[in-house]
Amino acid sequence: MEFFAAAFAMAYQFGDAFAFLVISCAGLAIIFGMMGIINLAHGEFIMCGAYVTASTARMGLPLPLAILCGALVAGIVGMLVERIVIRHLYQRPLDSIIATWGISLIATQGVLIVLGSTMQGIGTPLGSIEVGDRSYSAYRLVLMAAAVALLIGLYFLFYHTRFGVIARATIQRPQMAQALGVDTRRVYGLTFGLGAALAGLAGGLYAPTMTMVPTMGATFIVESFVTVVVGGADIFVGAAPAAVILAAIRASLTAWYGQLFGQIGLLIAVIVVIRVMPGGLSAWIKGTRQ
Amino acid sequence: MDRPDTPHTDEPLVAETQIERRSALAIWISRLEGPQTMGRGPVFWATAALVVLAAILYPLFSDPFAVGNSAYFMVWTFMAMGLGVVWGYTGALSFGQTAFFGLAGYAYGVLTINFGAAYGFTWIALMISVALGGLFAMLIGYFMFYGRIKGVFVGIVTLSVTLVLETFMAQTAGPQWRIGEARLNGFNGMSGMPPLTIPWPGGDVLLYPGVGLYYVLLAMVVLCYLGLRMLLNAPFGNVLVAIRENPERAEMLGYDTRAYQMLSFALGGALAGLSGALYTAWGQYITPSSMGLTAAALPIVWVAVGGRRDITATLLGTLAVLFAFQLLTVYGSQYALIVMGALLLFTVLLTPEGLIATAMRWLGRLVGRAKR
Repeated sequence: MEFFAAAFAMAYQFGDAFAFLVISCAGLAIIFGMMGIINLAHGEFIMCGAYVTASTARMGLPLPLAILCGALVAGIVGMLVERIVIRHLYQRPLDSIIATWGISLIATQGVLIVLGSTMQGIGTPLGSIEVGDRSYSAYRLVLMAAAVALLIGLYFLFYHTRFGVIARATIQRPQMAQALGVDTRRVYGLTFGLGAALAGLAGGLYAPTMTMVPTMGATFIVESFVTVVVGGADIFVGAAPAAVILAAIRASLTAWYGQLFGQIGLLIAVIVVIRVMPGGLSAWIKGTRQ
Repeated sequence: MDRPDTPHTDEPLVAETQIERRSALAIWISRLEGPQTMGRGPVFWATAALVVLAAILYPLFSDPFAVGNSAYFMVWTFMAMGLGVVWGYTGALSFGQTAFFGLAGYAYGVLTINFGAAYGFTWIALMISVALGGLFAMLIGYFMFYGRIKGVFVGIVTLSVTLVLETFMAQTAGPQWRIGEARLNGFNGMSGMPPLTIPWPGGDVLLYPGVGLYYVLLAMVVLCYLGLRMLLNAPFGNVLVAIRENPERAEMLGYDTRAYQMLSFALGGALAGLSGALYTAWGQYITPSSMGLTAAALPIVWVAVGGRRDITATLLGTLAVLFAFQLLTVYGSQYALIVMGALLLFTVLLTPEGLIATAMRWLGRLVGRAKR
């Protein structure tokens, strides 16, 4: 029984880290991994989703609906941002870093001015479960399930729907897709909006577990970039395995040496991966498969 | 790229060494103007001399606090010019100049706390710190450029490096984290190091933020700026620009692009280190947050807004942005960051070359037209 409890503790740690990485990086994996835009405002889309979720939930909407609301609003904001700013920068990826950082500054500070330095959050639902002599938050188990569901949902979206096929085609060969009659600008806009909506979803899912401050996006951004860079361009053969590996690194380093070394381990993993396999895991996996 | 003042190695070297040495100096001086830097001719240099003169006279008409504050602005220009070389001229966007800044800043603190400030040691500590920043950058640069990392990934690697350093330094709070006498103090940062000290008979001159430090920094900024102008117009600078424009072509022309990129990155790191050590000496204080995400992004803002492809625009832009930012913070710190973000967006969307660079080009055209 003791062994089972310890194993559960380890698996819980691992699952928690895995869920966090997958959920927070999904939006970025689409915007950076597929479209090649380094979106430093990713954290602010997450913050937007979290704020909308928290306020709608406190107005009486059930939590799952509130989370969807958060994702929707973040998605709409994302499409607006794409229309106004990002659209002009597809040819200049380095400038898109600066522009999105500018957006992030405006968003963080704007929210601080309008809504104050903190917002009343919503409590973590579902209570806790007891395993051995420790108790664990049940909501975190829901998050792990949500991470897996998110991966499956995205797989279906990109490989079994018309939008998915068109989006992948547009991103791989924009001129060819355009020649075949695809409105590529609209597809880019929708894809960016989808990425932003996924960021909003991450914010909504994690809103009940966090304090609501305008800078909350910063908690996510480093981890999501790490996961996407280690993963490479493809979400499914890249980001998902990357999340598994990084979650293992992080959970074990955190368990043995503390939180800070967990963080340091992640960052060092990135540097090593970029050096050893520049295309990330997905390029490496695809390379060995052929 | 082939210019009359470039020495051709296949020419017979018959001239006497005396003349040869003088002509080498003349060549370097002639490189103050060239294709890689904006501004040439008497009008430009007269304006530059007037600006320097105004900067020299400025402390006479101002209070010591404002002068110390201006010295603070100048501390940052080295890091910005270094980033200008790495990003604007070589084309590698480094997000982690603050790593070298922080390393050198901490090195200066550790060295001076341990060995004191006697016999001008602070200057030796400054040089060691700069060398450390440069060597560390060379190591990272070797790792990246010889590993053929390019594009946005350079930014991600460098950002990771600086964040690793920040995270590491933030957890050094315990008493076991000390180097000699110097406690690292974790997130609270290190303080109590001596400022730059000039040994002087009859009492050392301590350069606290004020008029003395202002003049020393002004001299350093001017020297550094002129030196970079000469270097960028030299063959070395031409190769850097060739790499930025087309790495494959530069390589086919026979240049080892990896070595040039690494050296440029090391130069950028050393300059960032100079800023870091000077910053520590200026405020006798350094914290891990000087290597954090916000700090790392600031040099990018200065260089992007000023104009990254020209060292003059970088220098002026950095000073202008720092000044404007402080002004905004004084009149309403909440809105300062919003204006900053808007300024960035505006620059990227409307004047991709940078505000100052565009303005300088426009002025240059105006002056050219007036002459005709």
